[in-house]
Amino acid sequence: MSKNPEFVKFDKVDKSYDGKVLVVKDLQLDIAEGEFITMLGPSGSGKTTCLMMLAGFETPTHGEILLDGNIISNIPPHKRGIGMVFQNYALFPHMTVYENLAFPLRVRKVEKDEIDKKVDKALSMVSLNGFETRMPAQLSGGQQQRVAVARALVFDPAVVLMDEPLGALDKNLRESMQYEIKHIHESIGVTVVYVTHDQSEALTMSNRIAVFNDGKVQQLSDPAELYEKPVNSFVAEFIGENNTFNGVVVDISKDKCKVKLANSEILANPISVKSKGEKTTVSLRPERALINPSDKMDNMFTGKIEEVIYHGDHTRVRLNLLGSSEFILKVPNSTSNLELKVSQDINIGWNSTDARALDPK
Amino acid sequence: MSSETKQILTTDGIPLEVSLKKAEKKNKIKAFFLVAPLLFFLFLTYVFPIGEMFTRSIDDKMVTNMLPKTFKAMEKWDGKELPPEEVFAGFYLDFKLLVENQTQGKLGQRLNKEKNGFNSITKKLLRQIKRNKIDESISIKEQIMKVHKNWRNVEYWQAIKRTAPPYTFAKYLKGMDMYFAPDGSIAQVDEDRRIHRILWLRTLEIALFVTIFCFLMGYPIAHLLATLPMKYSNLLMICVLLPFWTSLLVRTASWMILLQQQGVVNDFFVMIGLVSDDSRPEMMYNKVGTYVAMTQILLPFMVLPLYSVMKTISPSLMRAGKSLGGTPFVAFWKVYFPLTIPGIGAGCLLVFILAIGYYITPALVGGASGTLISNQIAYHMKTTLDWSFASAMGLMLLSGVLVIYWIYNKLVGVDNIKLG
Repeated sequence: MSKNPEFVKFDKVDKSYDGKVLVVKDLQLDIAEGEFITMLGPSGSGKTTCLMMLAGFETPTHGEILLDGNIISNIPPHKRGIGMVFQNYALFPHMTVYENLAFPLRVRKVEKDEIDKKVDKALSMVSLNGFETRMPAQLSGGQQQRVAVARALVFDPAVVLMDEPLGALDKNLRESMQYEIKHIHESIGVTVVYVTHDQSEALTMSNRIAVFNDGKVQQLSDPAELYEKPVNSFVAEFIGENNTFNGVVVDISKDKCKVKLANSEILANPISVKSKGEKTTVSLRPERALINPSDKMDNMFTGKIEEVIYHGDHTRVRLNLLGSSEFILKVPNSTSNLELKVSQDINIGWNSTDARALDPK
Repeated sequence: MSSETKQILTTDGIPLEVSLKKAEKKNKIKAFFLVAPLLFFLFLTYVFPIGEMFTRSIDDKMVTNMLPKTFKAMEKWDGKELPPEEVFAGFYLDFKLLVENQTQGKLGQRLNKEKNGFNSITKKLLRQIKRNKIDESISIKEQIMKVHKNWRNVEYWQAIKRTAPPYTFAKYLKGMDMYFAPDGSIAQVDEDRRIHRILWLRTLEIALFVTIFCFLMGYPIAHLLATLPMKYSNLLMICVLLPFWTSLLVRTASWMILLQQQGVVNDFFVMIGLVSDDSRPEMMYNKVGTYVAMTQILLPFMVLPLYSVMKTISPSLMRAGKSLGGTPFVAFWKVYFPLTIPGIGAGCLLVFILAIGYYITPALVGGASGTLISNQIAYHMKTTLDWSFASAMGLMLLSGVLVIYWIYNKLVGVDNIKLG
């Protein structure tokens, strides 16, 4: 089966609610068939609006949305055949679990036997067999969540939208549900568009992640690339932890540039800087800086420990380095761990390829 | 739990249940004292008056107290033929006492209601007694029978006997256009005099239609209120509540201004050519006026419970219904509407019960064909001063409401009522 790489297509979509502010700006996004794509961003970044436009509850102010090659902007929500999992599950409180799941089938006039079969299959997919006669209020949050997922899938929709479906669950349940949803996606191969503001959720579950900010997609790539190679300071800041240095480019070559900070200079990897004199923010992941590196690294500095915080599997060390006291180090806890003490001076080193010179903040 | 379950003890060895009761006792007493004023108030203003109404409605002690000797003697009388000498003698002694106290007139009036003609024959007897024409040493029966031929008629004595019990349900029968026939059975009044039944039915009909109109108009308003953004919904809420804050009398009077034949609505109809100037329709002093005014006045009672229920329904439910493939109508009918049933129940019950006992509006705009049972009750309270009849009808109305409440509970369940 050949997969359509443009199964869902946002084509130059703009959205404004009040005619003054654009919530979504010139959105261009292709979603492949069977893909699990996550729209990630802070609240108010336009990600939910995109989802609502796809579901048909909002109309684009400009541009078109295409589903499998057909323009769907003028198709009402109930004819789009898109399944949706809502933030608060939106289970029908006056119907049993069975009736909730049968609803999309009944409105499609499916035969009774067929309904029973499909409901049964959907419930076993979320391992909730035997809960048919329960009312939603009698279920725990996690069970309600699973019913909502099963209901969105029971009528075999081409696309399933999930709007922060795990937001109301506690941490452990959220993590196990992440895997469960991911496995369901893998086993039935449906296209999933997932909205969240939780970056770890996005990294765990998705094939690709679209980071939204200010109504625009800042970066669209797979989780590893997003984390390792953020294209701008917003993404670097939003995804994972990040040490930053603000400075000015004083020298630049193809794969290296020299950035002048307040009273020192560092080497970095030029990503969004082109020429000398440009302002830049250099981003470095905390785990890429090493203490007393054995190999020679092209950035070597000495810092003073300001704070040591024990985190179980790792220790976070805050340093005063290069004029900033916010430099964070992550040191894995192992048997041969170093004795780190406050106000001790230590040597730090990192490779210039890991220090990405991005647009200035 | 099985009896084998071991009783749980506290560390002091006191059973846990006892200990718990002891611990909560103080709070319970406190709570009771907090509600005590209200309980007392409710008793004083609700339970007691209703009890008083009930006794008043069945009270028939007047004759019982006036003719004690007569009724004592009547106990042995079979009531088929003229009573024996003792009854006549007892009646004579009772009546003489009444004459001395000058209260025999009331007896005549009361008995006259039971059987026509009593007024005149008691007056005749009074005259004989005043002239000392009755000789107590010979048969009193013979002498009384000579006073008037009706004293020889057994039906009159039967009528007296019927008033013997201190209680009667005659007023309740009268409220349903029925009465006790001379032989003690229940009979219907003549067809052209059955006014109360018409009023009962009309009251039910008007209450039912007002409820339906209120529902039809209130549901969309409540929905709009619950879904509009805050700044508009507040404004609309004020529009709904504004009439609520206006005096009932003022509102009814304004309807009179609007609905009268030379009123605003009729002027408007003439202006747009809907009716000609000389055939303006009657919209007041009939059912139309009652319907219009009552619906407007009772509308908030429908809107508010509906609104409070709709407010709690998450808009994502309708969206879910649509995204799952339901047309907007299906999503509304299968998802939204069932969830509003508690509000519909509360609103309808509230409006219906208020409408069934409505008084001032039908009195002012109802005219002859638009008055309700409560207007009849008021009429007997104020004009005929037949308070026991008014009480009886009031209680019938109250029990009617209770029956409706019971039926509603059976059909929908009171647990499903939601006022907010």
